[in-house]
This record gives sequence, C-alpha cells and structure tokens, in this order.
Amino acid sequence: MASNAIAPRILEPISWTRKLSNNLLTLFAVGSSILVIVPLFAIFAYLVMKGVGSINWAFLTQAPKPVGETGGGMGNAIVGIPLGIGAGIYLAEYGRNWLGNTVRFTADVLNGIPSIVVGISVYGLVVLTQKHFSAVAGGVALGIMMIPTVSRATEEMLLLVPRTIREAAWGLGVSQWRATLSVTLKTASAGVITGVMLAFARAAGETAPLLFTAFGNQFWSFNINQPTAALPIQIFAYAISPFDEWHKQAWAGALVLILLIVAAVTAVRVVTSRGMMKGAS
Amino acid sequence: MVAPHNVFVNPDPVPNGNQAEGVIHAVIEKPIANKPSFTDRFADRGFKWLITLSALSVLAIVALFVYELVINSQLSLKQFGWHFFFGSDWDPVSGEFGALPFIFGTLVSSFLALLLAVPLSIGAAIFITEMAPGWVKTPVSFLMELLAAIPSVIYGLWAIFVLAPILREYVEPFLAKYLGWTGLFGGPAYGIGMLAAGVILAIMIVPIVASIARDVMSAIPQVQREGVLALGATRWEMIRVGVLRNARTGIIGAVILGLGRALGETMAVTMVIGNRPEIAKSLFAPGYTMASVIANEFSEASDNLYLSAIIEVGLALFLVTLIVNALAQAMIWMTTRGMPARANG
Amino acid sequence: MGVGIEVRNLKAWYGSSEALHSVNMSIAANQATALIGPSGCGKSTFVRCLNRMHETIPGTKVDGTVMIGQTDIYANGTPAVEVRRRVGMVFQKPNPFPTMSIYDNVAAGLKLNGFRNRHRLDEIVERSLKQAALWEEVKDHLKKKSGASLSGGQQQRLCIARALAVEPEVLLMDEPASALDPISTGKIEELIDELKVNYTIVIVTHNMQQAARVAGFTGFFLLGTMVEFDKTEKIFTNPSDKRTEDYITGRFG
Repeated sequence: MASNAIAPRILEPISWTRKLSNNLLTLFAVGSSILVIVPLFAIFAYLVMKGVGSINWAFLTQAPKPVGETGGGMGNAIVGIPLGIGAGIYLAEYGRNWLGNTVRFTADVLNGIPSIVVGISVYGLVVLTQKHFSAVAGGVALGIMMIPTVSRATEEMLLLVPRTIREAAWGLGVSQWRATLSVTLKTASAGVITGVMLAFARAAGETAPLLFTAFGNQFWSFNINQPTAALPIQIFAYAISPFDEWHKQAWAGALVLILLIVAAVTAVRVVTSRGMMKGAS
Repeated sequence: MVAPHNVFVNPDPVPNGNQAEGVIHAVIEKPIANKPSFTDRFADRGFKWLITLSALSVLAIVALFVYELVINSQLSLKQFGWHFFFGSDWDPVSGEFGALPFIFGTLVSSFLALLLAVPLSIGAAIFITEMAPGWVKTPVSFLMELLAAIPSVIYGLWAIFVLAPILREYVEPFLAKYLGWTGLFGGPAYGIGMLAAGVILAIMIVPIVASIARDVMSAIPQVQREGVLALGATRWEMIRVGVLRNARTGIIGAVILGLGRALGETMAVTMVIGNRPEIAKSLFAPGYTMASVIANEFSEASDNLYLSAIIEVGLALFLVTLIVNALAQAMIWMTTRGMPARANG
Repeated sequence: MGVGIEVRNLKAWYGSSEALHSVNMSIAANQATALIGPSGCGKSTFVRCLNRMHETIPGTKVDGTVMIGQTDIYANGTPAVEVRRRVGMVFQKPNPFPTMSIYDNVAAGLKLNGFRNRHRLDEIVERSLKQAALWEEVKDHLKKKSGASLSGGQQQRLCIARALAVEPEVLLMDEPASALDPISTGKIEELIDELKVNYTIVIVTHNMQQAARVAGFTGFFLLGTMVEFDKTEKIFTNPSDKRTEDYITGRFG
C-alpha cells in the first residue's frame, strides 16, 4: 500500500486554554479534598471543646453505656454475629450459584434499608409480640443491621484464603466442617473480627432503630426485658431539650461515643493493613 | 474427602501370561487414617445445613420486614389509596393523612445534598486516585473512613449547635441578599430548615460517594491512562478521557448510592429540618421528611389509622430506597466486575 | 518527514536504583531501529525516556540529553505534553479506548489538541487508518463499532492509526506484536516497512528475527547499558562485542 505524502504540520503548541483548564482542575481537586476533610476536624474540635469539660468520673459512671446494657450488647451479639458469619461462610464456600447471588443481593438490600424502617419493622415483630419495649428488641434491631457488614467481611476474608490452604486440610483427610472452621476461618479470623468490630461500632452509634424498641431509660437497668438506656438516644434527647446543662451532657456523651468509634475504626485499619493473613503465617 | 490410601505397586512383572506392560496391582493396604466416622459425616451435613440456614435467614428477615410493613399499613392503604401520596394535609386530629409534604421534603433535601456533595466527592476522588503522592493517600482515605463512621446523631448535634447558627448568621443573609431574586431564599432565616438539612446530608454522603468513586477509578487499568498521555494530553485531559470516561457508570452508581443513603437518613435531618409538614418554595423554610415523621410521630400515634399511615410512609421509604440502591449496586458492579477494589489508602 | 534522535549520556532511575547507565546513541531519521536484549535490560525504559513517559511513574528520575531533531526534550522550557505529541507511542498490549467508536479513537489525539474542523477530521481519520492498513476493514463501521470490539491485531493497528493521526515525527513501538498472533504480527511488520519512509521508528522487541526483518539498525541492551549499536546486518552476522554474540546465538537470554 502506497503511503500518502504527509500533510504539512497542522497542530500548534499547547494552547493557553488547555493549560488553564489543567490548572483549574488541580485546584478544584485539591480544594474539594480539603473541604471534604474540614467537617471532620470541625466536629471533632467542637466535641472536644464543649464536651471535655463535662466528662468526669461521675459522668462516666452515671451515663448510659452505648447500646444499653449487657442485655443490649448480648442482643447484638446473639443475632448479628452468628447469622452474619454463617451467611458469610455460606457465600464464600457454597455461594457461587443463584441462591448465593440472591442472598448476597438481599444482604445488600438489608444494608440499604433506612435504620428507621428497621426500627418499625422490629417493633412489629418483637415489641408487639412481647407487648413492651425491651433491650432484647433493641438488640435484635441492631443485630439485624450488623448482619450485612459481618457477612460481607466474612465472605471477603474467606475468599482471600488461598486455595492451597483448603486443599492442605482436605488432603489430610479432615472433614469439611472442621476444615472450614478450624483452618479456613481461623486463617481469616483477623479480618472477620475486624468486620465484626466495625459492625459493632456502627451499631453503637445507631439511634433510630432503638427509638421504638429499646425506647430509652433514664436509669441503669439490668433487666433485659425492660426498656433500656442507650447513649445515642440520650444524646438525641438531651440535644433537643431546652436546657443548657443537658446540652453539655449531650456534647460529653457525643465525645465518648465518637472516641469509641474512632478507636474501633483505627483498630480495624491497623489490623487489616498489617495483613489479614497473619493467621496463615 | 476420603482419607488417603496406600497404593502399592508390584514391581515384579507377572512371570507367565500377562507379559503386559503397565499392569499395576493396586494393593489397598490398611489406610493410614481412619475413614471419616459416622459422626463426622453427620456433622458435615449438619454444618452445611446450619450455614445455609444462616444465609436463608437473611432472606427471611427481609421478607418478614416487608410483611410487617405491608400488613400494618393496610388500614391506611385501604382508606386513602393513591391519594395518600398526593395529599398535602397531614392532620392526625381530623384523621386526614396526606404524605406529599414528606415526599417533597425527602426529595428536596436529598437532591440538594447531591448537588453539593457530588462535585466535591468526585473532586476528592480524583485527587486521591490521580494526583496525591503516596504518603497523602493513606491519611486522606483514613479520614474519609472516619467521616463515614460518625453516627448520625453526632452530625445532628453539630448541625444544631454549629451549622445552624452559621447558616443563620452568615450564609442565609448572604444568599438572601444576592440570590434572593430566585425565590429560593426568602422568608426569615432561622438557620434550621431545608437548607440546613441539605447541607448536613451533603456532608454525610460525601464519604460514601467519594470512596466508591475512588474504588471505581482505581480499577481503571494504567494502560488506558498511558494511552491518552502518549497522545500529548495534559493531566486533566488524561483524567477526563482515560479515567472518568471509562469509570462513568461506576461513578454514577456511587452517586445513586449516596442518594439512597440521603433518602433514608433520619436523625441528623430530624434535628435540623424543623419538622413542619409544609411545602414551601424557600430553602430557608422548615420542612419534614419521610424518615423524620416516622421518628417523631411513631410513638405518638394515638389511633390505629394514624399508626397505619405512618407505617405506610415507612413502606414507601423502604420501596424507594430498595429501588435506588439496587440500581446503584448494578452500576457499580458493571464497572468493577463485582470485585469491590478494597483500596487500602 | 521523520527526524533523527541524538541521545547523550542518558541515565534513568526507578527510585534509587539506576536502570539506564549513560546511554549514547544516534538514531537515524526515516529508518526503523530495533532495540533488543533480554528481559529487564532497560530497552523499554530507554524508549519511554524518548517521549518523557518514564517520568510519569512516581519516584523516577532522568538525566542526560535527548535531542529530537533540533529540540532538547528535557530542556527546562520544553513541556512534556508537547514532546508527547511529536513522539507517538504504541504499547505492548493494544489499548484502544473502550468507550469510543473507531472514528473517535483515531480522532482522540486531534480533538484533545483542539482540532475541531469536521471535514479535516474525517480526512485525517481516513488517512491514518489507511496508513495503518486498517481502513478497508473498518471503513463501514467507523462510528458504530467501539474500539474494543475489534480483534487483537486490528486493535493494535487502530492504536497505530491513533498515534499517526497527530502527525508525530517519531513513532515508538514497545513490543507492538508480542501480544498478537503470527498473521497479525506479519501485518504489523509490513506496516513498519511502509511507515519508516515517512517516520523515524524505534521498535523494542525481544524477537530477534523480527528485528532482523524490519530494522535497518539494531541496538543491543544488556543490564541497562547499550552494548552495541550498528547496522542490523552487522549485528546479526558479525557482532563486535562478545556479549552481543552470546545473546544472538542464544547462549543466554
């Protein structure tokens, strides 16, 4: 094929408009990043400024623990962790079929359901059945909200375990269930635990699902079948109250809550960046 | 799995008859390990069942939720039918329930939030994936993760005591002065109202949209970027043609996911939107969202019709967020092929 | 018309490790020059220094002089963007833009540079595709088919057309046929033969027979240094350096 003669040079050196838009974009991207981060510091700074003053030993012992009492904590754990981990194992080990895809999709749906809707649904399921509010109902609501996070973390971590480890277990003649639990899950355990912690941290901050289940209680209560206090609800109630003194309590409570959550998120980061396969080595 | 058996190969060829090559007598000797016991096989089955049950429980829970919502809103559904979503009278006293103000409030606050959040999120995502030096990526990603983890009630707290006053003292007067002619910035500047709700929602959804956009953009292969650069493109042009264009679908998915989150957001919005079931043109006016009305009035619902109406609002909210989220997930999956790029900083 | 390339004391680093040690080379205009050598010898790095792509990788450094025609491409006043427009590149794995049609792929470089005249665009797209020996195969689907819907060999020729459309003076090809089947490879080699009349072509290849087929000059790289550079015929029949001979005869590599 004969090549055609090359036409004379048709393009000019880079125009100033291109340079300008390039620089504008850089400015925009950097500016956006800064703007995005600013609220974090603003919120933190205010919480510290306003809340630190009110935190003292009396406050910590009198204030309700996050997510209510042992009852609430248990409710989460009993519902959220086993179901979440179980679902995650299913999806990782057996889930490459239409049922698995349906479950995965449904877990995402569950994740996207507004927390308030979870609250009123659990109200219908548990509170109406029990005929009163309770920590258990609150625990169930929060536990249900934990399931998608725990399930996804479990599934992802299990999928990261190299096939060779599973095959080593099978090659030794270990039965399926033992192989999954003792070997595969154990290898992935660091990641799964961090997933659980993350889910817990999120649940700790939830208010809406508790409004109609645990309902809130001024006093400490060890009876899991009674309405119980929860830090987020307390913060909400104090914040919208007309009393200055209560506002201060709200700030203090918020500070405590956010410190707990920051601790959890940081711990999760540290563990996952160190490599979740620590169990493998 | 069956325990390994010993396979014993007879080295001596058979003297007469089978002069055959490759006749291997596999002599099954006593196995090294025991065959899986009855209890083991039983446990295996049981284990698989347990696991499958857990997975199915997820389906069951969602199904139960739908059931609960539908059953408990029957009264209201029957009474009002479609009119429920178009009526703007929410009057518990007289038994008139029209949910339009809440739908309006939810939509306006959410779209306002998107308007503010999307450019910032995409800008931040571009910065993190394409521009930031390595040592900056990790801290910024970490900070965004923290932002995403802050509970709604704390955002609300900050919004009441910090954001609303700022809006009231500086922002709203400024907007009224220069943009008042649009009709969107009229009326008294309380600070609390639709604008506050939109702003705090924007702050809340930025981390979600930005981190998914970042994941999606990181999944674009490097050769695409290099191909554009080699043609003599500036950095912005490389990002526009080589990254954004290819990641289009995923980014839209991220935005829709943010929308889904904004639609259902309860506490922070409830604390600053003013909780008045009115439809107003001005962004300074108080409003009411679907999530907020449920939060505020669920426990006060004194009669069955009232309760049923509120639950119907909940059902509507559930359906809307369901559709929006499903759409978003599909779009994100299309770009990252179902593998969420777990970008560690 | 193509231009000659003059390389003096070129050094390149990845972080703290030096990948190219003082390379000197004169690449003739309107010729195809092949660079051969075992994996990791620096030939790809070298070529990427010729269009200032090496520096797009974080942590890299370049030192030395590269004159393309009369321009010192690393001089302070020379923008990298300008260099890359005059020095085109074809990559190892074909990378057409998947969201664009064939037409838009070829026109991409032109549009980026602000070229808007539809009529001229059509002309240039057609000319580039003809130069890349792809025109006949795609002329009926220019706007309907996406760049990614073509076969591997066609995609690579599309990338070549895309690179040619902005009228570079030099065309760099980094193992352009290594991902392709023999028939497509043959077509690409034919193409290089035709293109070298009007462009200066530098082709990196680990296939020595390919170098012998297409290039007038060949440079042998080893461990970041250019060991020998001469007419292809001489390199392959009577190399001056023992290391070259060892590589050619297959004693290592």
